[in-house]
Amino acid sequence: MKQLVIISGKGGTGKTVLSACFATLAENKVMADCDVDASNLHLLLDPDIQEIHPFRAGKKAVLDPEKCNLCGSCMPVCRFMAISKQNEEIKIDSISCEGCQVCSYICPTGAISMKDNLSGEWYVSKTKYGPFVHARLGIGEENSGKLVTEVRKKAREVVENNGLDFIIIDGPPGIGCPVIASLSGADMALVVTEPTLSGIHDMERVIQTAAYFRTKTVCCINKFDLNFRLSRQIEDWCHKNSVPVVGKIPFGEVVPRSLAQGLPLTEFSENSVTREIIKMWQELLTLFSKEASRR
Amino acid sequence: MIISVASGKGGTGKTTVAVSLALSLEGRRSVQFLDCDVEEPNAHLFIKPSIGKTLPVFIPVPEVDEATCTFCGKCAEVCAYNAIAVIKNTVLVFSELCHGCGACSLLCPEKAIKEVGKKIGVLESGAAGNLQFIHGKLDIGQPMSPPLIRAVKKTINKKRTVIIDVPPGTSCPVIEATKGSDFCLLVTEPTPFGLHDLRLTVETVRQLRIPIGVIINRAGFGDRDVEAYCQKENIPILMTIPFDRKIAVAYSEGIPVVEAIPAYRQKFFEIFERIEKTAG
Repeated sequence: MKQLVIISGKGGTGKTVLSACFATLAENKVMADCDVDASNLHLLLDPDIQEIHPFRAGKKAVLDPEKCNLCGSCMPVCRFMAISKQNEEIKIDSISCEGCQVCSYICPTGAISMKDNLSGEWYVSKTKYGPFVHARLGIGEENSGKLVTEVRKKAREVVENNGLDFIIIDGPPGIGCPVIASLSGADMALVVTEPTLSGIHDMERVIQTAAYFRTKTVCCINKFDLNFRLSRQIEDWCHKNSVPVVGKIPFGEVVPRSLAQGLPLTEFSENSVTREIIKMWQELLTLFSKEASRR
Repeated sequence: MIISVASGKGGTGKTTVAVSLALSLEGRRSVQFLDCDVEEPNAHLFIKPSIGKTLPVFIPVPEVDEATCTFCGKCAEVCAYNAIAVIKNTVLVFSELCHGCGACSLLCPEKAIKEVGKKIGVLESGAAGNLQFIHGKLDIGQPMSPPLIRAVKKTINKKRTVIIDVPPGTSCPVIEATKGSDFCLLVTEPTPFGLHDLRLTVETVRQLRIPIGVIINRAGFGDRDVEAYCQKENIPILMTIPFDRKIAVAYSEGIPVVEAIPAYRQKFFEIFERIEKTAG
């Protein structure tokens, strides 16, 4: 089984557009959307949801005002500033509560209990392009990394049960918890960047993150013709850091038009953008088979 | 007044808007700019502050004194994050899982646990002219950004107009960065992705009871669904920025839109005045 994860550091560089194209090009694969707090891939793959699973993670403190004697000993022990006294009443702000339980241990009257927290859902779907595992984290919830792990676990199961051999993961932006959960153990990370100072700055940080977790990394430059000088700078940086540049995709107004139609770009029309994406996919397959023969 | 700039979807133009708003106040208000996108901070590329001070940021993690420890296992029992385990006569601490809640040290019957600092990133502060600039930078490989965001927000100076650049998404880092703001500007783009994530962000910010307004960026070749949604939800659209290659190229070089097209300076200041009227 091979796992490709698509990340970028900076948001909005084209991760999901590329993932949707790969969904139309790859065979024997399952797609996994690991951008669980602002997922978008389902908007292009038109999933037919087969299974819905609740995602429970962590707990939240709940106060029983009947038992509370207003002593206030819970307030200073909360490191998340979730507990306050308002008009002679103790209030717990469930948005700030991180479920550490300290208050429930400290409360002398047993007025605080911990409740299981439903923090999202994950789905297994059928699409025209094969199976698809995706999720939705509840608003403002924590534990996005755990939900990512859940999605990836299910994707592996789908691969094993259906004799498939590929997982393509649409990853989240950033370099923190959900990104680390998306890339740990993946065979290859494709970093999508753009020729802007922000794109370069964020690409360097996300490539360093992938290296920290020892994930093999390749890079592609989206909208490379927007700034040739900076595109060359990216290529130089990648060359110096032994990161192969597998694609240079031109800017195309066709991209937002395909999004408005809710279609993967490769299904919308044939153009200079899709030609480069198809070429890049071939390049990735070659790299994967080279890796496999090396092992 | 504190104005946060958020978006849900990444790459819609949060930093562009936050920076432009801050620069439009030049000579009119004294501004403090906080970049709370500590995983991928970018505002400094546009504001170009001279950084005067760099401070490490730590989270408290447990350190067990094995001489006093009786290996009773209480710490492992009370840790909600499985960050501490007791196996026979050893205590294992998994600091990357630790939230720094203090339960283990507070509840250890032998008082054998003290908290030590573990570095997760840095806080850098400086200035660009009269603008005060602060951002957090998460160390590579560190998963938890909220404590660093909290450290950035501790520097808030309420005597200034505070502008906060919020990270993308809708989960805990967004809440941490946005809460306490007097107004939240939501930046979106007119595509199904932009709309989908805008809806989620609206729900998030409404939970915090913060008034909102929308800016539509790169208008022109998307659809009109975002406008219809805002109308239905009674959310004011404060500005529409058309797609303009000139803006995109300036952005790529770290030139803020108010410098590339000076007419935007006044437009952003007018938005600020509107926000001041509603929230201030």
